Amino acid sequence: MGIKSPIEIPGQPFQQLSEAKTLSPVEPPPGYGGEGWFATTLDAAVGLARKGSMWPLLYATSCCGIEFMATAAAHYDLGRFGMERFSNSPRQADLLMVMGTISKKLGPVLKQVYEQIAEPRWVLSVGACASSGGIFDTYSVLQGIDRVIPVDVYVPGCPPRPEQILDGILRVHYIAKHESLRHRDSKEYTSRLGHYGIE
Amino acid sequence: MMMEETLLTELRRVLGDRILSHEADDVPTIGIKADDLYEIVDALYKDEKLAFRFLTTLFGMHYPAEKGESERLGLQVLLYNMWTGQRLRLTLSFPIESPELRSITPIFPTANWMEREAYDFYGIRFAGHPNLKRILNIETMTAFPMRKDFPLEDLSRDDKDDRMFGR
Repeated sequence: MGIKSPIEIPGQPFQQLSEAKTLSPVEPPPGYGGEGWFATTLDAAVGLARKGSMWPLLYATSCCGIEFMATAAAHYDLGRFGMERFSNSPRQADLLMVMGTISKKLGPVLKQVYEQIAEPRWVLSVGACASSGGIFDTYSVLQGIDRVIPVDVYVPGCPPRPEQILDGILRVHYIAKHESLRHRDSKEYTSRLGHYGIE
Repeated sequence: MMMEETLLTELRRVLGDRILSHEADDVPTIGIKADDLYEIVDALYKDEKLAFRFLTTLFGMHYPAEKGESERLGLQVLLYNMWTGQRLRLTLSFPIESPELRSITPIFPTANWMEREAYDFYGIRFAGHPNLKRILNIETMTAFPMRKDFPLEDLSRDDKDDRMFGR
């Protein structure tokens, strides 16, 4: 199993993300508005709600988790993006943030946590270890969490700075905001889960 | 470097000719036969004067075949006398084809996890162990990763091109 490329969202080329405007947390979706009213598509309205109140499940196992703590603290303030409520139960979580080295023994545990998260769910892989095994090319370490669960966004770095983690989170928000309501029923998505043996 | 004479005298009194070799390393060390492990640890525990009643650690070793020597596994046991502060290391080795030892868990219950670790990483089987299964590695693993013939890099990687690493 090789390392996969980031998923592609139909009609939304990956390069568009580099424009500051598309990552802006306050940019309204396309629609029509006037004094006291605004009309848009259901997709866009739901996407706006999803990305604006995402509950992350923190799966922090090493130094990337420390960087995340800095990200969540006052200086970088994750609360600006509607994410100050951390869900420590997978049942209520939307975003699984894997931060740190995952050993092979922990792989099935991580997969079970992922399976317990209700749809829609996203996965953010923070740091070199979670993304590829990092420097630990050895018998005990999982060579990237994408060997057990599908990943939406990878954040490189060893460990990444809080700005990079914020950038990764904003990319997840972008995916959530622009996701079609039918995406989770689509063949692409179910076959992607089936690739990992997840129903 | 010679071992302290009084300790060696006491060890000879208790163990007799079961001491194959002895040296004063950082810790006084005696070499023993693999089959004698249980009896020797038991005798050192029960003797009133030596009284090695604390097991500091226990770990496996692997000697790859080289220079006409056959491939062997080994074990080291570090004992401690809490009253006098005396330490003692037992070292033994045996052919890799029959990695079978008698468990010392009846004497030292703390050897339970240490023997599981030696089994996990070196494949040394301890007869009489109450729960001999892998302790640190994933249960589905079939290899013994601390043996010297086990490859350093992870076997599940397929993205590493040898030409990019100069080999």
